[in-house]
Amino acid sequence: MSNNEIAILGVGMHPWGKWGKNFVEYGVAAARSALQDAGVPWRDVRFVSGGGTVRCGYPGYVAGATFAQALGWQGAEVNTSYAACASGSQALAAARAKILSGACDVALVVGADTTPKGFLKPADGERPDDPDWVRFRLGITNPTYFALYARRRMEVYGDTPADFAAVKVKNAAHGFTNPNARYKKKFSAEDVAASAMVADPLRLMDICATSDGGAAMIVSSLDYARKIGKGDAPRIAAISTVTPTFASELVEMPDIATDSAVAAEARPFRAALPAKAYEEAGIGPEDISLAEVYDLSTALELDWIEDLQLCARGEAAALTRADETSVGGRIPINASGGLACFGEAVPAQALAQVCELTWQLRGQAGERQVAGAKVGITANQGLFGHGSSVIVKA
Amino acid sequence: MNAPIIEGLFSVDAAEPALLGSRCSACGTYYFPKQSNYCRNPDCDSERFDEVPLSRSGTLWSFTNACYQPPAPYVAEEPFEPYAIAAVKLEREQMIVLGQVVKGVGVDDLAAGMTMRLVLEDVPGVDGERVTWKWQPVEGA
Repeated sequence: MSNNEIAILGVGMHPWGKWGKNFVEYGVAAARSALQDAGVPWRDVRFVSGGGTVRCGYPGYVAGATFAQALGWQGAEVNTSYAACASGSQALAAARAKILSGACDVALVVGADTTPKGFLKPADGERPDDPDWVRFRLGITNPTYFALYARRRMEVYGDTPADFAAVKVKNAAHGFTNPNARYKKKFSAEDVAASAMVADPLRLMDICATSDGGAAMIVSSLDYARKIGKGDAPRIAAISTVTPTFASELVEMPDIATDSAVAAEARPFRAALPAKAYEEAGIGPEDISLAEVYDLSTALELDWIEDLQLCARGEAAALTRADETSVGGRIPINASGGLACFGEAVPAQALAQVCELTWQLRGQAGERQVAGAKVGITANQGLFGHGSSVIVKA
Repeated sequence: MNAPIIEGLFSVDAAEPALLGSRCSACGTYYFPKQSNYCRNPDCDSERFDEVPLSRSGTLWSFTNACYQPPAPYVAEEPFEPYAIAAVKLEREQMIVLGQVVKGVGVDDLAAGMTMRLVLEDVPGVDGERVTWKWQPVEGA
């Protein structure tokens, strides 16, 4: 369905870390870098689509207009998208809709954030009507959910903590030379095993940190790309931001119970995100060269590999053990280093995944380059039924 | 008996405590916490619900623990002691419900598939003791 495609003319990032600056600086640095990479004048951008900043799970500052003002008001339309961890993809989807409808030729998509220290937590006050407040009152934080899924893998598939640690070791090796990664250090399985237990079976090094960071891209119609001599730029072939379907099978943040499956079949949500993307792009998992997935925990990366249908259910640990998910293997996962090396800057992360695919498909990923990369897919999921999967083709 | 940690989530009845859910009177879907305005089943238009106590036992779907003290609004005991957390599948309701595990039971004592039952246990509140529900393994089940 090539009539749905748009071109990625340029990408850029501000390195992840805890820099102590305002989120605007990260977003503007990423945007200026993307503009330069695209070779597109700022005045040609007619739509600015910002991923909304996130404050402990909730919408934060008005992002689109803030970036547009900082870059210099030039009369473009602006938009801010809040979709928790999928905010960047939703902002990208808004830009694609503008471009495909003919309302504009070129758009800037940008996400950036700072994160507070310590646990993510709900907004203040007594708010029993807010499911996010309720679960924190009951002592159920984010790592609880990751650990429940991890333990389930151990019980059902026989995965071990060593299998989870292998994901951290691999991702750390991938991100070691990535200039935008926050953690550039190789870890061993022994390092992971020696880190403190957070939520059994997950240890500190199994769980991603929170970070500051920014990512941006310039996207355009295929006609515009050809007009400026970039007809061979990587293309976005699909953007899936579907919600779960009732009855959602797993207990998802921030809820304390699943949907009841008395009246409707229980369905998996994570697998539905890439399924929609594959359908939209008219391709299958066998066409994928590499994937960037949300490794909020090491064990969660294994779930994603299966949800993306890159191996049979229950076989992701074996695939990882066989080194097939490393750069150089059959299906590299998180060649960027993933959240294990970046930490999470929520509205930037889904865009950072697309930036990595762009560099990979252009053959510009340096030591972490996946040889012959032709098609990449992303996947992520966040609070309140949000999630996304994006497919990029060379 | 102390006041509940959050009003309306469960019955404060030492002998027969139960989570308080609701059930759609048209399609039978259960809800926890309670739903009282419209059914979330996309194929059901009902706006009528019956308040129902949920099943008081189920099977352990998965489990973990909290080794670090959660932020407010959680009120931790001092000094903080790690606690186990259970995800329990209720057969009749076809749903999984989370909750802490009773004091003294850790992850090493748990295995998926175990029968768990609902009990009440005192916990600290902002201004004095509260009571909450917890899951407890059923011996010999």
